[in-house]
Amino acid sequence: MSHPPGSVNQVSHSEVLVRARGLTKRFGDFTAVDGIDFDLYRGEAFGFLGPNGAGKSSTMRMIGCVSPPSGGELAILGRDPVRDGSAIRARLGVVPQEDTLDVELTVRENLLVYGRYFGLPRRVIRERTDALLDFVQLSDRARDKVDPLSGGLKRRLTIARSLINEPEILILDEPTTGLDPQARHVVWDRLFRLKQRGVTLILTTHYMDEAEQLCDRLVVMDHGTFAAEGSPRDLITRYCSPEVLELRFGPDEHELAADKLTDFPAERAEVLADRILLYVTDGDDALAAVRGTGLEPLTSLVRRGTLEDVFLRLTGRRLEDLWSGGYGGADSPPMRGGFRGVVPPG
Amino acid sequence: MLGPLFYLGAMGLALGTLVDRHGTASLGGVSYLAFVAPAILASGAMNAAMSEASYPVFGSIKWNRIYIAAQASPLRPGDIFRGHLMFMTMRIAMNAALVTVYMWVFGATSSPWVVLAWPAATLTGLAFAAPIAAWAMTLQTEMSFAYLFRFGMMPLMLFSGTFFPLSQLPGWLRVLAYVTPLWQGVDLCRMLSLGDVDLPRALIHVAYLTALSAFGVWAGARTYRRRLYV
Repeated sequence: MSHPPGSVNQVSHSEVLVRARGLTKRFGDFTAVDGIDFDLYRGEAFGFLGPNGAGKSSTMRMIGCVSPPSGGELAILGRDPVRDGSAIRARLGVVPQEDTLDVELTVRENLLVYGRYFGLPRRVIRERTDALLDFVQLSDRARDKVDPLSGGLKRRLTIARSLINEPEILILDEPTTGLDPQARHVVWDRLFRLKQRGVTLILTTHYMDEAEQLCDRLVVMDHGTFAAEGSPRDLITRYCSPEVLELRFGPDEHELAADKLTDFPAERAEVLADRILLYVTDGDDALAAVRGTGLEPLTSLVRRGTLEDVFLRLTGRRLEDLWSGGYGGADSPPMRGGFRGVVPPG
Repeated sequence: MLGPLFYLGAMGLALGTLVDRHGTASLGGVSYLAFVAPAILASGAMNAAMSEASYPVFGSIKWNRIYIAAQASPLRPGDIFRGHLMFMTMRIAMNAALVTVYMWVFGATSSPWVVLAWPAATLTGLAFAAPIAAWAMTLQTEMSFAYLFRFGMMPLMLFSGTFFPLSQLPGWLRVLAYVTPLWQGVDLCRMLSLGDVDLPRALIHVAYLTALSAFGVWAGARTYRRRLYV
């Protein structure tokens, strides 16, 4: 969502930290990333949105210099990720999709070991560890073993660990997947503070609210390409009507209503398994008009357009449906799990 | 820790009194304890190597995924491999040091050369650990490790001149045993432990084990890169 004006959105669009042109990643016959172009600027928060298998993680791994591009150009901090991967990684922080903590070690020891991977002196690591644990509110757990920590605490520790080298760019692959709402808000709050400190954030997510909360700019990724890019507000304005009318009908009426409403004078109608969305200028007027046709919805809701609607429009799929595999539409897309076999482990 | 202690006690002392009663000419005239102890040292190093280089390596990419964490740092796949291999070698060396001390305490050796049996056993372990870790990184499931232990470790333990001299084996099997890395390690440790060193033969063993280790280090750098950097 839009942040208070004048605080953090004053990104100086002068320095490009990551530049990609025609960036491509192939695994055998499968093209995971299909010739994408983007520039990431210092200090911004940039989001990659998309369903599983859209190419987000592959893009992240290329930016993280742990996966060589199959084609196109990629420069990170002005350097070549293939030739200078090690030097670039020294200036990146990575929060992987799944926790990769040393669960047999304590919270503190995790930071010590990780800092040593970066060749930092123990004294420096000690100082930074105090500050970082304070930052993620884990100081009182410093001597505890990692294994029994909750998912939210582990995530915070992973974030603290990724900051041990004071990275210029922080790469987050689905930072709050699997966390409960409260834990997610804590993570968002910490990430927002990092952004205010000038750390460039690159994140993937399939949560629309996360993207709205954190991202200055984002791209919607599907089938390895960008379906759209812009700020959350831009995208909503461009791809969604001002208001959305959500209608729920009884199981018997659902199909009938769907037939009737697709011809309805709305900007667009979207028939989901359990409800019908009408994209309209004025929701209340539209609802009155629906009732005028003799249809009586069980429930109705008028709301503003969100990124979720943008995503639905661009990809024809709802993110949460892909997540749970529950989309029952006629053109139900196959779960992308089928591609897992060729996607690299991790 | 206790494994080698039990082996030394059961094989060396208990079984040993039985063997020794029937004469030990085929053992080269030494007590069964003195014969079997250096073999327990060498095969213990092999066992430690196999357990350190199999599941822990595979788990570092599949289960606890600490390789994935390390990979995000300036470390390269080869660095990660060599770092982990150093850790494995340290574990093998600690194990071997303990067994060497047991040997001395049990009176299984009286030669000062036994001090060199310790690095010899460690080298034997490394010759297993490096190639096995390299191979472990190519696996998609952990199933293959069962074959390693069943068809690798067990026969090597039994037929590498560990519990009985190779002269007891039929000729064709003996030739096979000669080329196994464990026999090279056992024979090397035994010469040093008994203080009866045939220098050219010892050098061949060292060269063999070093070459196998070097191959493993070379292969590991490649398999780690192929697996981690995709």
